[in-house]
Amino acid sequence: MNKEYFEKYSGITQFVVILMFFILGMRIYQLQILKGNEYREAANSNKIRVIALPAARGIIYDRNSVPLVKNKPYYYASLMPETKRTDTAGLSALLEIDEKKLIAKLRKGANQRFKSIVLKEGLTFKDIAAIEARRSDFPGLMVEPNVTRQYVFNNIGSHVIGYLGRMTVKQMESPDYDNITPETFVGQWAAEAYYDKKLRGSAGENIIEVDALGRQLKLIGQTKPTMGNDVTLSIDIGLQEAAERAFNGKSGSLVAVSPRTGEVLALVSLPNFDPNDFVMGIETEKWNAMNKDKGHPLLNRALQSSYPPGSVFKPVVAIAALEEGVTSADGGTVCNGSLEYGKYSFGCWKSHGRVSFHRAIVESCDVFFYETGKKLGIDRIEKYARLFGLGQSTGIGLRRGVDERDGTLPSTKWKHKSAKKQWFLGETFSASIGQGYVSVTPAQVALMTAMISNEGMVMPLTMLKDGNKGRHRERLDIRPETFDAVKSAMYGVINEDGGTGSAAKSNIVKISGKTGTAQVIAGRLKSEKQKERYRDHAWFIAYAPSEKPEIAVAVIVEHGGHGGSAAGPIAKEVIESYFAGKTGK
Amino acid sequence: MWFLQINRKYLKQFDWYMLSLLLAISIIGVMTIYSATRPVITAVQPNYYIKQIIWMLTGLAALLAAAVYDYSWLRKSAYFLYSLGIVMLVLVLFIGKRGMGAQRWLVLGPVSFQPSELFRILLIIGISKYLSTITGLLTKRTFLISLTVFGLIPFILILKQPHLGTSLVLLITFFFLVIAKKLEKKIIVTLIIFTLVVPAVAGNVLWRHLKDYQKNRIVAFIEPEADPKGIGYQIEQSKITIGSGQVLGRGYLKGSQGPLRFLPEKHTDFIYCVFAEEWGFIGSTAIIALYLLLFMRGISTALKSKDEFGRYLALGLTFMLFLYFFINMGMVLGMMPVVGVPIPFMSYGGTTLITNYIAIGILINIRMRRLALCY
Repeated sequence: MNKEYFEKYSGITQFVVILMFFILGMRIYQLQILKGNEYREAANSNKIRVIALPAARGIIYDRNSVPLVKNKPYYYASLMPETKRTDTAGLSALLEIDEKKLIAKLRKGANQRFKSIVLKEGLTFKDIAAIEARRSDFPGLMVEPNVTRQYVFNNIGSHVIGYLGRMTVKQMESPDYDNITPETFVGQWAAEAYYDKKLRGSAGENIIEVDALGRQLKLIGQTKPTMGNDVTLSIDIGLQEAAERAFNGKSGSLVAVSPRTGEVLALVSLPNFDPNDFVMGIETEKWNAMNKDKGHPLLNRALQSSYPPGSVFKPVVAIAALEEGVTSADGGTVCNGSLEYGKYSFGCWKSHGRVSFHRAIVESCDVFFYETGKKLGIDRIEKYARLFGLGQSTGIGLRRGVDERDGTLPSTKWKHKSAKKQWFLGETFSASIGQGYVSVTPAQVALMTAMISNEGMVMPLTMLKDGNKGRHRERLDIRPETFDAVKSAMYGVINEDGGTGSAAKSNIVKISGKTGTAQVIAGRLKSEKQKERYRDHAWFIAYAPSEKPEIAVAVIVEHGGHGGSAAGPIAKEVIESYFAGKTGK
Repeated sequence: MWFLQINRKYLKQFDWYMLSLLLAISIIGVMTIYSATRPVITAVQPNYYIKQIIWMLTGLAALLAAAVYDYSWLRKSAYFLYSLGIVMLVLVLFIGKRGMGAQRWLVLGPVSFQPSELFRILLIIGISKYLSTITGLLTKRTFLISLTVFGLIPFILILKQPHLGTSLVLLITFFFLVIAKKLEKKIIVTLIIFTLVVPAVAGNVLWRHLKDYQKNRIVAFIEPEADPKGIGYQIEQSKITIGSGQVLGRGYLKGSQGPLRFLPEKHTDFIYCVFAEEWGFIGSTAIIALYLLLFMRGISTALKSKDEFGRYLALGLTFMLFLYFFINMGMVLGMMPVVGVPIPFMSYGGTTLITNYIAIGILINIRMRRLALCY
């Protein structure tokens, strides 16, 4: 009895379900067939727009919390693709842009149905007023906001801070740039690029319904933008400015680091550029001029250029020699102005006569180092140079956008591998005075200087304030007496009579250092003009105070000639500025 | 090895027909979610559709689990399971996570789910057990007991979350099932009077004097997420979207209303619109035909069930799925007020999908064991 009732009940249920489906079917028929045209029309004229709400970027600060950048709002004119044709002639007159370019832009953006086509950027308030007044003539025309950067210090620190720009095709395809509207400016160089993800924040959007003239009727949906995070660099913008000024218009590079923390206090590459030129998209002419500029302002010399280190390489060779026992701090040699080897003669810059280990560094005697290098052999030189950070990129956090160079530290293995040739002793002579195959970047030299001054503390360089905080510190396995001997000689370079670096002697603070001259070309030069272009690069490394170093500096002045006279005063000025700034605060 | 032996015998009876219908609808659902969530501003496709596929696979595992073991264990532990469900509903009111204006989520370690979803099945198991233990008609006493335990308590608990849609579906399913059991005449008469008088009073006195937007506002008041932006806006857009599909539709991934975020629920409650716009009248009716076949199969399973518990269980589960489908369709077609109810198997959402898969798993289970096998 119960089952019969259930079967009847289920039967009725089946019938009702079918009936309901029939009703649904009729309703679908009504909507899609009977009223289909009407609804298709309504859908086509649905005036829904998605307006991007740009997120404010995080601020970049220097180590003393000085803001290096500001966020600057700006406006652009855009047009919603419409079914109706736009009066392109009138619009091009209103926006003062070429009609052909305008038509091309409209054609390109015609497929995007709910998103506007950007027509003109960087509107002035006068432009905005003109557009608002005539908006009814151009349905779909609107003014949208965006955020860009203002670089407070203009050229100063441009290779550290970097700049913003439109996303490149490569960036658009990268997963790191997910969920960014094409209008968003992203970091393209240095800190702006490297910390882009952190600085960026996330854009929001307003979904609005508009009338036929593009006026907002109703807010349908909203996602609020979130601001990006701030970044505090290790750079001291005051020191950076002093360092850039000290070059006095010459090309070159300077890297100042704290030997205690590995933080980079200043990073100079000259000539530089004004990042403000890039923010609104750089003009083609300016860009071409910059790229063609013989001074290469867009090259970050501190990381992307490698030079022979010249005599600033000698302290490392000296350390290697003392550690390996091929010479002692009491040792020395007699310099007759050159070293004869077979049919070759390797010259010294002057005939020093009898020189001790100490004086060989103070007076930068090449002959002493030829002999020392010969005893060490190239592979042991290479080993020690590598310990001090040479011949490998420092990885200072600016890699993205700035392709950092490794430089070259030659060895027998290296030559065999790269040239399939045997190593010659003559090449060791060149290498032991930092010439020949040896080439390093200014950042590497700064790291080397810092590691000599702090007696072999291993530390990576960082561009962030407190970037190495909490990192485990190791020391190189090198005897303290070795550092004592080399550091005493480096003090002598600047403070003893006959020292090559006396130009850097300071009354404010005790400075130690070493001069260097990097040969650009070997042999004699024919004309005066050639002499200028192929003049040697001047190197100077320094740290101060000599006893308890707080700052280590590497300077290179391109075609500056002799290191002591051209680069020494710059190092001195930066170090003095560092200590003046400290006492001033 | 006993279970393998049994499985092999039952495997021949496995309801591939039901499974195929389910998979067809689900796959269409995933495709439509992909289309509905196409980005407007950015170039990156959100991963909704991938999540839905993962849930689908999880659901399939749950379906198999629900189908393999003889459903008699459900009868044995029915009251225990039902109490567990009630406890979860109480818990969610106190320690539940809020989401989209309502408190529905329970977080268990890495998993968060909506107990009210899983509860749907537990409720039907509970009622089916209760009804199958009673011989003869439901008397006044047994009716009142069942009304309190299986009708009002869950209704109030879920309404408090608040989740009007689910609580209504469950209450209607309850009445549907007790009538399937057959009631005493007195109760039927009382029920008829109630169903006529209550809506008549509420509807005629109150409802009729309200303007359209006020009615919608009441719905929006009880169910705030249903129509958060503009009153009637969603329904209008929903109708435009479906209607603009015309006969053949705009074509897959060519719908303009879908990726445009005019509907906050475009990939959940309003997914059917997106499908209808792209596939037109032909697609729209074809897919509801699939649903019709699925529901008919469910009812036929109920009729073939080997025991009374299985009959109520199969009919109840089928009816519940149908109600969800029908309320959702009525809503998107603009025939009913907006009540936030997803369309089974197509709408985006993990707990709902998995729960519905379990329901189908139980239906398959009942059909597989319809013939008393001799050993």
